[in-house]
Amino acid sequence: MVYLVKSYILKRLFHSIFVLIGISVVVFIILHLTGDPAALLMPMDATPEQVAQFRKEMGFTDPLLVQYWRFFKGTLRLDFGLSFRHSQPALDLVLERMPATIQLTITAMIIAMIIAVPVGIISAIRRNSILDHIGMTGALLGQSTPVFWLGIMLILVFSVTFQWFPSSGRGTLQHLILPAVTLGMFSMARTARMMRSSMLEVLGQEYMKTARAKGLSPRMVILKHALKNALIPVVTIVGMELGTLLGGAVITETIFAWPGVGRLAVQAIYNRDYPVVQAAVFLLASIFVLVNLVVDILYTYLDPRVKLG
Amino acid sequence: MDFLENAAKTLDFVGEDRRVTRGQKVLRKLLENKGAVFGLIMVLGVIFSAIFAPLISPHDPILQDVEKRLLPPLGQAGADPNYLLGTDQLGRDIVSRLIYGARISIVVSVSAVVFSAFLGTIIGLFSGFYGGKIDSVFMRLADVQLAFPFILLAIAIIAVLGPNLQNIIIVMGITGWVIYARVVRAEVLSLREKEYVMAVRALGGSNGRIIFNHLLPNVVPPIIVIITLEMARMIIMEAALSFLGLGIQPPTPTWGGMLADGRVYLVTSWWLATFPGVVIMLVVLGINLLGNWLRDILDPRLTQL
Repeated sequence: MVYLVKSYILKRLFHSIFVLIGISVVVFIILHLTGDPAALLMPMDATPEQVAQFRKEMGFTDPLLVQYWRFFKGTLRLDFGLSFRHSQPALDLVLERMPATIQLTITAMIIAMIIAVPVGIISAIRRNSILDHIGMTGALLGQSTPVFWLGIMLILVFSVTFQWFPSSGRGTLQHLILPAVTLGMFSMARTARMMRSSMLEVLGQEYMKTARAKGLSPRMVILKHALKNALIPVVTIVGMELGTLLGGAVITETIFAWPGVGRLAVQAIYNRDYPVVQAAVFLLASIFVLVNLVVDILYTYLDPRVKLG
Repeated sequence: MDFLENAAKTLDFVGEDRRVTRGQKVLRKLLENKGAVFGLIMVLGVIFSAIFAPLISPHDPILQDVEKRLLPPLGQAGADPNYLLGTDQLGRDIVSRLIYGARISIVVSVSAVVFSAFLGTIIGLFSGFYGGKIDSVFMRLADVQLAFPFILLAIAIIAVLGPNLQNIIIVMGITGWVIYARVVRAEVLSLREKEYVMAVRALGGSNGRIIFNHLLPNVVPPIIVIITLEMARMIIMEAALSFLGLGIQPPTPTWGGMLADGRVYLVTSWWLATFPGVVIMLVVLGINLLGNWLRDILDPRLTQL
């Protein structure tokens, strides 16, 4: 068993490295999609001579594979070049913004889980009750609401009308609430539905009947036996949800002027500051890959039934 | 909703009396599910608006009228009864813009969904049937793609290539193929071992024949379910791109673009940003409800979607 787990972890590790290489290829290709990155990077009024000069300086005249190899070696050292706009390493700019994005994402995840798990459990236990209907209608609405509109509406109600929370920026706890709720809503809705169906499945299992037949109180049955098993599939999707959240952060940060990586990336895209775009996309994708690797490994310890493959 | 229940009962009565067709059975099942009926009404409504926009719009959606700018919706002080939901910062009628906005939303999301379904299904069929190297390559590709925050990737690519209809559809389509490929592949993996596939092979049927005549029809039900649920995602994504200024460009009305305009005037004119969002939410909710229902009747195993 120990051997199996070890070889599984190695296999997963190898797999993650492959995915990271794939990510570097895609990040490299973005800049070369139009066929002429020099034209993309130079100002509109640059003379043909200037463009040619720039092309040579940047090495865009080399074969594509040579250029990728250079980019790949840079990526290994986490060197994405200098930001065109700020004349400092693109990586530094991204790392500077990373704490804000991590803070927002984790807060959103916590809010989503704190609400979704109890709602899912109550909906499953009191199936077809009013509470179940309210919970699941809310979840369906939450899944259907566009993140950017939700953010604007929260600003309209809580910042403009009631003036309870600031509408933009980062600093105090007050600044964090609206963006985190906005970002977490979709994951909250999806997790609540997932928790409900997972709980319903567990409640129908034979061992639940046994637990009840032993004379355990309903509370004990649910807390000790059902919940533990029902949470297992929910834990795995936490890793996947993180991807949704990191993607959603791009839009949420833009709406609330939250100084994170997502907003930096969007601004960099508008400013054609491609080293920053490449660094941001690469780092966000890498975080997602690493978190999923960790979740997968933890999962093998959590659920001994899991098939290692 | 009483009439719907009555309708369902009537159909039920008919069903007991004489033979019912398959269509009637499906219709009866649909009427039993209020959510699905709501979904169907929403979906038909938005398709109707998109097709007949010039006939049902009360005003020209891009005609500017400075004297009529930022009129509030009906029921507010200073409202003009000709403009039910008010006007925007250039004096354009919100209702008409919402109706015309359905066009872009539907054209882009339907095209993107069809494109990704086509791509994903082909990849899934071949990956599952041939296995081996083809399979590993495509599945690793799927892993790489799933690792990206797709909205960030989409805005990066569209910003580089330029925001026109064709680029938007292609980029959105490419973000969606993975889910089809995975479901179809899993299905094919179990189907290809079935006796009837062996029988076709024994009779000399080519691989192409097996894939397209015998495997493809069996994966259609899950594909329909995914297509429906993906429609919802695509509508939100198109709106998100327009909101970020990377969708179809003004003056063409888009729901996401209206939202972006409304955000600027949020403090003084709440209706600009509110109504487009309500429309997106209702349409997406309708599609989700219809999709859930389709999943329950066509392929209940897909509950994870």
